[in-house]
Amino acid sequence: MIATEKMINEPAPATWDVARIREEFPVLGQTVNGRPLVYLDNAASSQVPRVVIERGSRYLQEEHSNIHRGVHYLSQRATTAYEGAREKVRRFINAREAKECIFVRGCTEGINLVMHGYGRKFVGAGDEIVISAMEHHANIVPWQMLCEEKGARLRVIPMNDAGELLLDEYEALLNERTKLVAVMHVSNALGTINPIKEIAARAHKQGIPVLVDGAQGAPHLRIDVQDLDCDFYCISGHKMFAPTGSGVVYGKAEWLEQMNPFLGGGDMIRTVTFEKTTYAGLPNKFEAGTPAIASQIGLGAAIDFLNGIDREAAHAYEQELLAYATEKLSAIEGVRLIGTAREKTGVLAFVIDEVHPHDVGTILDQEGIAIRAGHHCAQPVMKRFNVPATARASFAFYNTKEEADALVGAVQKVIEVFS
Amino acid sequence: MTELSELYQQVILDHNKKPRNFHKLEDADRVSEGYNPLCGDQLTVYVQLDGDVIRDVSFEGSGCAISKAAASMMTQSVKGKTRAEAETLFKEFHGMVTGELDEEGAPNNLGRLKIFAGVREFPARVKCASLSWHTLNAALVGETVTTTENLGPDITSEQVSA
Repeated sequence: MIATEKMINEPAPATWDVARIREEFPVLGQTVNGRPLVYLDNAASSQVPRVVIERGSRYLQEEHSNIHRGVHYLSQRATTAYEGAREKVRRFINAREAKECIFVRGCTEGINLVMHGYGRKFVGAGDEIVISAMEHHANIVPWQMLCEEKGARLRVIPMNDAGELLLDEYEALLNERTKLVAVMHVSNALGTINPIKEIAARAHKQGIPVLVDGAQGAPHLRIDVQDLDCDFYCISGHKMFAPTGSGVVYGKAEWLEQMNPFLGGGDMIRTVTFEKTTYAGLPNKFEAGTPAIASQIGLGAAIDFLNGIDREAAHAYEQELLAYATEKLSAIEGVRLIGTAREKTGVLAFVIDEVHPHDVGTILDQEGIAIRAGHHCAQPVMKRFNVPATARASFAFYNTKEEADALVGAVQKVIEVFS
Repeated sequence: MTELSELYQQVILDHNKKPRNFHKLEDADRVSEGYNPLCGDQLTVYVQLDGDVIRDVSFEGSGCAISKAAASMMTQSVKGKTRAEAETLFKEFHGMVTGELDEEGAPNNLGRLKIFAGVREFPARVKCASLSWHTLNAALVGETVTTTENLGPDITSEQVSA
């Protein structure tokens, strides 16, 4: 078991002990179709370490009750654990205050919360929302819905053939009608790490707030929302080793205070009469109804887990894996990589001449290799690169070079089948 | 690998590489678009009717080897058939790929379409094989668009209880 108390500023070990970290993830030990499971679909959902499973299980066995309601023993324990998870989130992203961390089901809900709470209040006819060409549908569709409702306009930051945003073109899009810039930290389809600090600085020069879709950022990068100086940052717990149904939208208190509530119901109110309801303060104003208590406590445990490993070493190891797999895969004739930005996380999206990605996915699955094949909820990205879909291998710090080799071998097999 | 080689049989690979009736039908009187929103596959099926008989049928679009080969062989199988015959074939094909029909035991008209029986071992691919058939069916009943999400899950009762 990894000590959760281990400080992150301890000297990094010379090498990343991948065998040891794999032991923390029970799911990785199984065989699929008679082969050891090779899990390379981490960008879709990451696996869950034993400490997170055990924490969720302990909650359900010993602490379960509704939060914020009861004066009884169990309700207080549940509330303490739930609010404790919020404080862990605060430290993890370096928010000023825990009340700026709103628990949601995931990034999609977080973005929708900001669309309803901020967008419907502050965006009007003729206003503009700036997103990027590489966004996930979760950071396109809510803004389109808003634009349709308000008569506002969606503007799109273009990208180059490597999958990097064009910052000068971005800046040229900003004007007095721009009410929000909404961009992803890391592309799920391409792996590109976007320069959020720079993007936020340029928007703030004109007084425009910035929302960051951090679904793929939080699992791989150190997040400091004050340093990035973003106004909103959305996280999906299930992409950072926590259970599904956990997630956070961070917002600067000055925005959250001004925003409309998202969902109405219990726990988000101060007083209710048939004439008038007044709302609770932060964060409760945005957390109507009973939340996913066990999942959010699991997110807290996942943060403990991440604090207990050497994240710099993990990141360096992931980069090494990416470089290794990139070199091997791109050396195969007929394979083309989609997404070749200089700054990337461990996402390797590719297409094979004359072979559809779904067929690649099925053949790899027969080899026990889990990848994603499809449009990755980013159809405009597929269109930009003129492909119907891609196959995507996405790495985490528990993947190995042997697994990268297995991927490469299976891709060669695909080419043989279709030759 | 036996299941895999059953899925990607030579005939299927051949139809994927050289799909038959893969073009627009200029004088079609029924056209329907089929989408599989989960994977992004889309195809258009063109039908030319002569009374109750499918005089000509063709398709266009993009998709995986399974969906392309299935569409290609669908056009071959229904050309010259009556609407009722095509509908029966659609039901039998759907039954086969979802595991509801034992194509070797129960009487049926599937013939060379039995080559797709292996698809039922790959639940994620059932919609790939059936997309063109659903689209044909939509064209015959006069719907211009169909998507596999409206069709209910292509899964067997065995998978539900798993």
